[in-house]
Amino acid sequence: MNEKALIEEDHYENTILRDNTVIQDENIVYQIPKTLKNVDFHYCPGCAHSVVHRLIAEVIEEMDIQSETIGVAPVGCAVFAYNYIDVDMTQAAHGRASAVATGIKRVLPDKYVFSYQGDGDLAAIGTGETIHTCNRGENILFIFINNGIYGMTGGQMAPTTLPGMKSTTSPFGRDVETMGNPLKITELVAALPGTYYVTRQAVYKPGLVRRTKKAIRKGFELQKDKKGTCFIEVVANCPSNWKMTPVESNHFVEENMVPFYPLGDIKVPERRVK
Amino acid sequence: MSEAKLMKGNEALAEAAIRAGVDAYFGYPITPQSEVLEYLSREAEQRTGMTILQAESEVASINMVYGAAGTGKKIVTSSSSPGISLMQEGISYIACAELPCLIVNVSRGGPGLGTIQPAQSDYFQSVKGGGHGDYNLIVLAPSTVQEMADFVKLSFDLAFQYRNPVLILTDGALGQMMEKVEFSPQQPREDIITGWETIGKPDDRESNVITSLHIQPDKMEEINIHLQKKYREIEKNEIRVETINCDDADYIITGYGLVARICQKAAELARDKGYKVGVVRPITLFPFPYQTYFELADNVKGILDVEMNAGQMVEDVRLAVNGKVSVEFHGRMGGIVPTPEEILEALEQKIIGGTE
Repeated sequence: MNEKALIEEDHYENTILRDNTVIQDENIVYQIPKTLKNVDFHYCPGCAHSVVHRLIAEVIEEMDIQSETIGVAPVGCAVFAYNYIDVDMTQAAHGRASAVATGIKRVLPDKYVFSYQGDGDLAAIGTGETIHTCNRGENILFIFINNGIYGMTGGQMAPTTLPGMKSTTSPFGRDVETMGNPLKITELVAALPGTYYVTRQAVYKPGLVRRTKKAIRKGFELQKDKKGTCFIEVVANCPSNWKMTPVESNHFVEENMVPFYPLGDIKVPERRVK
Repeated sequence: MSEAKLMKGNEALAEAAIRAGVDAYFGYPITPQSEVLEYLSREAEQRTGMTILQAESEVASINMVYGAAGTGKKIVTSSSSPGISLMQEGISYIACAELPCLIVNVSRGGPGLGTIQPAQSDYFQSVKGGGHGDYNLIVLAPSTVQEMADFVKLSFDLAFQYRNPVLILTDGALGQMMEKVEFSPQQPREDIITGWETIGKPDDRESNVITSLHIQPDKMEEINIHLQKKYREIEKNEIRVETINCDDADYIITGYGLVARICQKAAELARDKGYKVGVVRPITLFPFPYQTYFELADNVKGILDVEMNAGQMVEDVRLAVNGKVSVEFHGRMGGIVPTPEEILEALEQKIIGGTE
């Protein structure tokens, strides 16, 4: 088929999809959530950010809390999270998302507030804000994407880069003697009395995606209890900066990241009120 | 009827914030402004339900201000010079995102950790931007404890009118000294939602985004042009300046804040000696009253600019008079407050001696 014919066919399919002449409501089993803007992600193919964005949007839609949710976008690859997740959002300075989220939540205590941050943002430059936000037990939800690298700036070593792992600023592999060990900040915040629900998840397999979604839903729902900070780490991939295909990068998460950052709940509320 | 009280400047400012119906204060202790946080911690929540939070750093507190101001509520922070330096990145974000809020700098001597004594060495930082990028704060300089109180409401009027952060630039002496102050009655805390706030997206509007990121240069230039247009509008409408005995003056002494009061005393001493001296006190440091100096320069023989720094506002005064008359500088640094006598001496030596 030549290019023109392809475009015409594409147009035809888009038209019938848009007009809903083929797909009837009762037949829909999967579609773009209403809380996700219908635009192309700028994320690299295979990147976990797109999956987690979608999960957040699905949870907000299913809980019907779009009008009550305010998100905070970080500096990092997810800086444009507000271009995708269709809720009111504020873009924070590097590392400060949880302080910004604190400011919002303190004046709007009945709203759902989440901060979406990467490892450089949350566990390097923003460590102070992360620890103190959790220690105060701010009733917000952290969604923490840990891919062990600075994605936006082009693959530099992160606080969570694995020992021996190569990056543009650890070109011979992370030497823990001189560069320190990876920071397990999730375990760190779990030890603080202010945190209410702390879990580590991943999205490299469909079953794990479903589990991550459950965790995100729980993180939103628990805000209603006003009993402390919810913190969800998602161990993620970065195919472009790891210089792998999406499939290879998912294997790398499973074989190298997850053994170091084990999945599962680290802290759960003892008894659910409500 | 208003009630008069004897209060420290810092406490008067805090009381005025409660009465202005401010919704939240985020701050971090630093001398000589800690009384603001202390007073609010004692008084505010039970009186108006105002949120008070001691942050883990000035970096955190300005970012809390950024988040909270984005909801359209009235938000305040205060600090002193080193803490204000730490806030600059956040202030730049707030200015670009056009969020109304009030930042108070009870300044002290520097550079570095400096001293806890009063100084005016943060003038450049306050009026020329301070953080990265082209932006301006509206800068108010109180010279009495009464103005420390009065300028809180004025700040919020201006901040919301122009959607711009306002800075009250004061100093450790005004923050610490006690004077009589009268307060206006308690205003209710009220939400005025105009449409841009991030408070949760209802079905009938697009989601609101507060950001200072515009990665396409043409869009970023557009934002800059819009900001500059706003600053020109502020310059046109919001200049506030006090002129004292300038009508017949041969000489002008000028200074802002605390120093303006000492200049007034110096001008009285000069009049006692037969010199016709007036005082110009800029109240807004941005926008700066260039025109006032420019016009006075036609009728006076010289201007003495007095500051508690190495000479910062004097650059704006010289810019204003554009070479029409001589502008000399007298300053003290590192927390030293000049006396009226030394100002008079500087006037006689640098201005009067040079013109006669």
